[in-house]
Amino acid sequence: MKIKADTGRCVGAGMCALTLPEVFDQSEDDGTVVVLDPGPPTALGPAVRRAVQLCPSGALSVEE
Amino acid sequence: MTEATPRVVTFPLARERAFDPPDELTRCRAEAPVQRMLYPDGHEGWLVTGYAEARAILADSRFSTRPELLHSPIAQRGELNEEPLTPGFFVRMDAPEHTRYRRLLTGQFTVRRMKELEPRIHEITESRLDAMEREGAPADLVESFALPIPSLVICEMLGVPYEDREKFQRDSAVLVNLDSSMEDVRAAVQDLFAYLHGLVELKAKEPDDDLLSGLVAGGELTTEELGGVALLLLIAGHETTANMLGLGTFALLTNPGQLALVRDDPAAVDNAVEELLRYLSIVHIGPTRTALADVMVGDALIRAGEAVTLSLAAANRDPGRFEGGDTLDVTRPAHGHLSFGHGIHQCLGQQLARIEMRIAYPALLRRFPNLRLAVPAREVPLRSNMAIYGVHRLPVLW
Repeated sequence: MKIKADTGRCVGAGMCALTLPEVFDQSEDDGTVVVLDPGPPTALGPAVRRAVQLCPSGALSVEE
Repeated sequence: MTEATPRVVTFPLARERAFDPPDELTRCRAEAPVQRMLYPDGHEGWLVTGYAEARAILADSRFSTRPELLHSPIAQRGELNEEPLTPGFFVRMDAPEHTRYRRLLTGQFTVRRMKELEPRIHEITESRLDAMEREGAPADLVESFALPIPSLVICEMLGVPYEDREKFQRDSAVLVNLDSSMEDVRAAVQDLFAYLHGLVELKAKEPDDDLLSGLVAGGELTTEELGGVALLLLIAGHETTANMLGLGTFALLTNPGQLALVRDDPAAVDNAVEELLRYLSIVHIGPTRTALADVMVGDALIRAGEAVTLSLAAANRDPGRFEGGDTLDVTRPAHGHLSFGHGIHQCLGQQLARIEMRIAYPALLRRFPNLRLAVPAREVPLRSNMAIYGVHRLPVLW
């Protein structure tokens, strides 16, 4: 599993950081997504997919 | 293809039951999740009541939010679209203009920043509960609890003196009251700007450790833009959470089993807040958008220039997304609701609202385990005529 984040699209809503703070954080500066762990363990798969799905701006994608 | 003749004539606001969207919206969703609607100005646009369709429109940059393209779904506010856009009022801007303003603020509203406010929000909540206890029952929960908590929080965050609340709460109430005359709305906007521009000047002279001072010092925005941004945050910051706390408490008081879960099980609270957001959908008019190109949404072809009005309340009850959605069930997976919107305009302050609600509901229910309505439920005055739905007053005993 590989997470890709497009900070240009990100609107800093924080849904990813709310859903999975072990994997996603937000920049102190402008609130855009910071991926802490771009290749998280498979066990986190469902939560990662939920975070991607909840992202309002389509800034996140995941390659299985 | 959806029937091309407009059927819905005006966007329905009157409700048959306090917590459910107007029955006509539910009927529309069952018939066609995207259907023709005749707007009060004569425009033949669309009404969107389906979850998938509403979400798709909110995420699609081919739908614009610019005021000069807009058609109002309700007769009361038609003329507002003819007003020039307030500088800095970025909810009515498209990308990339919108992005510039939002980016200046998103760092202040991150999940982590909001978490840091928890101790202070607890303090504010407990002090309001102490005041309620001191003053004794009965009380209007809106005035004594639901409104002051988010109001105090947003004032402290922005750097607006809470003592000035008389100056902005009245004007803000005029703005969100759909029955206000255009004359009164214009006067209220002018008053608010005069107040906020004065505050911006004060922050330039005597900066403090607050959001508005930070924006002034950043030097990227003019005084007019700062006024627009401050107005947006101030109104959005207290009108919305206040109504969620008032209406949400009302909903829990009429569903004692659900109330008990929120009161007694700390692990149930986070999801209960999402479910209350979904079930109550207090943004009950719109959002509205205008198509910039021909776009297929579901099986409807929306042409460039046509208006779409979404019903978040109907979308959040769509049985295709939330099974048994007309029932309040704080244990259901409620994530993915559209109550904060979706797409680039999704609520900037949503993580603040979540924390306020996660603290306030259980604190209230634990302090007053026998909290109950002081009047029959049908006598609680509902805010059908306000831009944000909720209760005008909630008389309670404990």
